[in-house]
Amino acid sequence: MSNNLDLKKGLNIPMQGVAAPEVIKTVVPDIVAVKPTDFTGFSPRLLVKEGDAVLAGSPLMADKQRPEILVTSPVSGTVAQIVRGEKRKLLAVLVQADGKQACADFGAKAPATADETRELLLRSGLWGALIQRPYGIMADPQVTPKAIFISSFSTAPLAADTEFTLGKSFADIQAGVSALSKIAPVHLSIRKEISASTPFHKVEDALIHEVSGPHPAGNVGVQISHIAPIRKGETVWTVSPVLVAAIGHVVNTGKLDLTRKVAITGPGANRTGYVVCLPGTPVKEMTATFGDAVRIIGGDALTGETLGENGYLGFFQDQLTLLREGYEREWLGWAKPFRPQVHSSSWCYFSWLTPGKKYDMDTNLHGGPRAFVETKCFEDVTPMDIFPIYLIKACLAGDIEKMEKFGIYEVLPEDLALCDYVDPSKNEIQAMIQKGIDLMIKEMA
Amino acid sequence: MADEKKPGLFEKGGKLYWLHSSIDAFDTFLRVPGTVTAKGAHVRDGIDLKRVMIMVVIALVPAALFGMYNVGLQTSTLYGLNWSFWHMFFYGLLRMLPLFVVSYAVGLGIEFASAQIREEEVNEGYLVTGFLIPLIVPVDVPLWMLAVAVALSVVFVKEVFGGTGMNIWNPALVARAILFFSYPSSMSGSSVWVSKTWAGIPEVDAISAATPLAIAHDGAFDAATGAVGPYSFMDMFWGFIPGSTGETCVIAILLGGFLLVWTGVASWKIMVSSIAGGLLVGWLGQLAGATALPCYYQIVMGGFLFGSVFMATDPVTAAQTETGKWIYGFLIGALAVVVRLWNPGYMEGMMLAILLMNTFAPLIDHCVVSAHVSRRAKKALNA
Repeated sequence: MSNNLDLKKGLNIPMQGVAAPEVIKTVVPDIVAVKPTDFTGFSPRLLVKEGDAVLAGSPLMADKQRPEILVTSPVSGTVAQIVRGEKRKLLAVLVQADGKQACADFGAKAPATADETRELLLRSGLWGALIQRPYGIMADPQVTPKAIFISSFSTAPLAADTEFTLGKSFADIQAGVSALSKIAPVHLSIRKEISASTPFHKVEDALIHEVSGPHPAGNVGVQISHIAPIRKGETVWTVSPVLVAAIGHVVNTGKLDLTRKVAITGPGANRTGYVVCLPGTPVKEMTATFGDAVRIIGGDALTGETLGENGYLGFFQDQLTLLREGYEREWLGWAKPFRPQVHSSSWCYFSWLTPGKKYDMDTNLHGGPRAFVETKCFEDVTPMDIFPIYLIKACLAGDIEKMEKFGIYEVLPEDLALCDYVDPSKNEIQAMIQKGIDLMIKEMA
Repeated sequence: MADEKKPGLFEKGGKLYWLHSSIDAFDTFLRVPGTVTAKGAHVRDGIDLKRVMIMVVIALVPAALFGMYNVGLQTSTLYGLNWSFWHMFFYGLLRMLPLFVVSYAVGLGIEFASAQIREEEVNEGYLVTGFLIPLIVPVDVPLWMLAVAVALSVVFVKEVFGGTGMNIWNPALVARAILFFSYPSSMSGSSVWVSKTWAGIPEVDAISAATPLAIAHDGAFDAATGAVGPYSFMDMFWGFIPGSTGETCVIAILLGGFLLVWTGVASWKIMVSSIAGGLLVGWLGQLAGATALPCYYQIVMGGFLFGSVFMATDPVTAAQTETGKWIYGFLIGALAVVVRLWNPGYMEGMMLAILLMNTFAPLIDHCVVSAHVSRRAKKALNA
């Protein structure tokens, strides 16, 4: 059975540097970093010390409040270093890989009940793959969600093509979906344009939704708000397709394998394509770096995290975006009739004349911060039944009641990332929404 | 001492720090700032407020150019001077130039000073306001009056609320309202609309030239020819009539309106609903016998169209929800014509209609958003 969801509002960002569908290299890293900061709402308690030998799948840390939640090592080797920041905050555990990739055995058996699935995910360290909505935090093992959502595709700028990265992992995806469906009904969305050819179409134990439209149609949050809007007190879990495959792999083989194809993208990359590696792989081993001139982002250009050339790929990331830093100052930029190098979705410029053109974008803000003036542009890129500007203002005011009314339970910053992009007043919309969500977590706890 | 880092002249701690907002304004006027994104989306659209505001100014240019020509034309016609086209145009240009200079000098001066006090960047909003003000006043308004009105309006309607984006009322219209209520003899009546200054006409020889709106108000409408006093419908449509400088030519205003709608800077919903509101009430007024004028005369006379296209659509002071924009625009058009038709002493209602609806725009939005919230709540219950 499949349902249709046709979205009209939104914007595909026409950026150069889409990943060529080929594997450039396979990285077998020397050092792998496991970062507790990847998991929102996880407060780590260290279970290992420097020099300890670990297997792929051995626990490295547990949650302080819910000790059953484990974060495990993606490689076998020895714990090389515990990295701490200010106030001794745990930033990363660096594991020196031994190259053997010996795995802990979790037993190759398809879970028959919800409890068996939970237990497997908790033991293998894949519990962290489950993200709870509202708020976008790590799921609570005590809670049963009303649904689990998986978006098989991403519409984010230059996102990894899941047809290429996961097309051959069908057995793992099916096993992952089946295991998750023991906990709650699984909704899987696929891109309508390729619904006949995509292997995701054949997945069983899930409700299939065919989704079409520009970004953010591929965002799972947008899909939830149309398919099963979250009411106060309800929770929905979401899982990225890459991690569904990892869950399925544990079910099928009993071994934790987080290996993924990571898209190297962006106008700043000297070679685009896919790199096969583990989360926690040093960025330097994945792509050529250019010092301060190019920003290396884990994830896409709208929502990604700046990793820097000494950073490590995050647990959830399957894309690196390389963008030149836009320090150059353009003479009379705003006053020129034509600016062919700069994309604008606004018809105040002439980008509409060249709809197929891809732009060499950089990180320049293209203006200075101002008060809100034009606000219709937010609605034009938000295909959800909310008034973005009122939600944003409620978040700024810290008004819990209004945030609830205006739909804070349904959004994460990523769903309003395009508002950042289109705003002529250059407001930081994602940061404002995150501030509102943080307040909700604090007040509703 | 060489390694001690001294702050730059305009940086915090530098001697001329008190000028930094102004320097920054000129600097970013010439060159796009080299700021890169720090959080949120790493790439951004090329659009900024400077571009948005300059679009509005460009949209106003046809109305301004026609206004300059019309200033000369009215003087030439009324006093039988037989000027050439360029004579009329340059007369109007020279008459209007001081208005622009005063409007920008006073307004931008205050804008720069306020930005400095708030330690913020200078906002671009006044680029538009400063261009609008000379277009909505009689051309012979004394410059000192204009300066006072601009200063009061910018300080008390804009800066005290926090600058562009925070104001409740349209500052250009408030400047006009201040002039209107403080100096009525220079702002209304039948002798202020045609320029005499600099045309070599002594004050005693002034001929009164009422606007079609005033003539129609006094009932001088010829139903047979469709003329209002000496002005035919086409005169009013093309704008060869006395009035505020920018408001007379329908074609020039529509050209600007088209650019605003095309670029998405102004809402076509407000424009359309405002005109619809004006037509409806004009038609009802005709039916009720309040006026003999056909309803479409209301659109081409006075400041109705200019107000609908350029003033009501200001995104800061208008309603922000799409449904709200329909209501807001409709009420502006309807109220403006209500004032015109059922008001004994005061013939132009557009200014006050827009200011009134500016005041009520947040209420309209509140109702629209509340209705949306309860509909969402109901949907969630049934889901």
